Amino acid sequence: MNDTGNKDLIKYLSKKAQWVMKETLRIHKIAPETRLASSLSCLEIFVSLYYGNILRFNSENLLWNNRDRFIISKGHGAVSLYPILADLGYFSIDELSKVCTKESFLGGIPDIIIPGIETTNGSLGHGLGVASGIAIALKRRKNDAVVFVLSGDGELYEGSVWEAIMFSAEHKLDNLVLIIDNNKICMLDYCANIIDISPVENKFSAFNWEVRTIDGHNIEELCNTLLYLKNNRNGHPKLLVANTTKGKGIKQLEGDRLCHIKSLNENEINEILERLE
Amino acid sequence: MKVTVKTMRDAFIEGLYGKMAHNDDIFFITADLGAPALDRIRHDFKDRFINVGIAEQNLVNVATGLALEGYAVYAYAIAPFLTMRAYEQIRTNLSISSQIRPVNVNLIGVGAGLSYVVSGPTHHCLEDIAIMRLLPNFVVFSPCDWTIAQHFVQYSTEVKIPKYLRFDGKALPVIYDKFDSSMMEDGFCELLKGCNICLVSTGYMTHVALAAAQKVKNTGVIDVFLLKPFNAVKLYETLKEYEYILSIEEAFLNSGGLDSLILNLLNKNRALSKLKSLGFKDNHVFNHGSRDYLHQVYGLDEEAVVSAIRKCV
Repeated sequence: MNDTGNKDLIKYLSKKAQWVMKETLRIHKIAPETRLASSLSCLEIFVSLYYGNILRFNSENLLWNNRDRFIISKGHGAVSLYPILADLGYFSIDELSKVCTKESFLGGIPDIIIPGIETTNGSLGHGLGVASGIAIALKRRKNDAVVFVLSGDGELYEGSVWEAIMFSAEHKLDNLVLIIDNNKICMLDYCANIIDISPVENKFSAFNWEVRTIDGHNIEELCNTLLYLKNNRNGHPKLLVANTTKGKGIKQLEGDRLCHIKSLNENEINEILERLE
Repeated sequence: MKVTVKTMRDAFIEGLYGKMAHNDDIFFITADLGAPALDRIRHDFKDRFINVGIAEQNLVNVATGLALEGYAVYAYAIAPFLTMRAYEQIRTNLSISSQIRPVNVNLIGVGAGLSYVVSGPTHHCLEDIAIMRLLPNFVVFSPCDWTIAQHFVQYSTEVKIPKYLRFDGKALPVIYDKFDSSMMEDGFCELLKGCNICLVSTGYMTHVALAAAQKVKNTGVIDVFLLKPFNAVKLYETLKEYEYILSIEEAFLNSGGLDSLILNLLNKNRALSKLKSLGFKDNHVFNHGSRDYLHQVYGLDEEAVVSAIRKCV
């Protein structure tokens, strides 16, 4: 893409990100039990994947054979994906005003029952292993689709993740891209105060992964690096460490070690929405 | 009765080899557990055989991924570690997901009950019937001999939901010399018709039940090989003919095993039959020795079963 085209795309994606943020806040208003802070740290990741020509998908043919598989292993943070899926035609946009109500199939955590969602999520540490199995199946069928997984950095405490890290490198799954939403906060504290595994990059390198680290809120960096990792079939599974801020853009959440479990009330959300307008 | 002794795993894997030769969409993955019959699959279907290492959680997760892409997957490991180390993976990725999308993962657990007799309580598997029966969208298969295990190969490719195959670790003689696949859906078989008392057992204990039934005239024996699903109406119709029912299993008592299955069925139908149950009380087993010796210690050997029958009648 030429420079002007690229700038236009980034501008378009930034506008989309603004819209997704507003919709996410509106969802949080009707469903305060949704995890807002966690959903905001990975917002640009979702926008880049779906609108930035990274993911190959077809919302009218959910199990389209050539779709890239995207697994939301950090289930709690995926409320910001709902507006995107609705916008892309996976389900009606009206569903966004019903999240977590009795009329809705959209819960606080996206499950396999939702169009566009591949697996059962909410329990951490499963996504990468399941993705490895999918990646092997795709390779065997000579399907060039790629498997993307979104995990949280706190999720790396689950031992099963490391079983899958070893496994996917051994099997040279270069059609597998793990994105870590490195927002540095678990439920109760900063990860660094619980078990500090930073820098995580060299752990993955030691297991033979190809690793890239970027600013996870910079859409241009996200798009360029995701595209590079997607297309680079060099015999290594890929890790993208996306450095992010939990609760990005919301002063009541940013920097609060307990922001994972923090909800905003209606007035607070209305104020933020007004400001964003 | 044939006396051919064979392990369930070898018989099943031999049958599966034949399927894999004609069906390219079958994967066999193991958590570093082998079997003599498995060598042929490893050798002849290299690209459909994976050893994930000693990593049962990943075994189930990788199996799920393959199955979501349409493969029939056989995931093979030591029974207690497969079912209990990876239980949450089984629940989340198999039981829950298969309610929405087909997930044909066949968990083959080797070492039912006290199969690994001298390896101590970590290797004993006295909980698996209860915990696997608990999961929605699951089949739980507990064969007593290798012929029925081999018949299950066909069923496992046709019924595309997750399954747990609970195989004994030891080579056992044949009980079903005339099993045919139409019997599979009942989930049980009345091996001996009695008149007053019936033994109900599963897996290895069906051998003990049959031996004990030879000692007391008119004792019936029912082998339950599908703990889920099974033909509940037909099983009840069979059970209600008996005044006394004695359930026998290598499992903890009153905890969701075969005894609970029978009790629920009797209660639901307001049956008049009286149920007694033999199994393990609420303690793990640290003893060593032969399986028969452990059965003597815990009141599950042939003599103990005979004495329990006599007490009833």
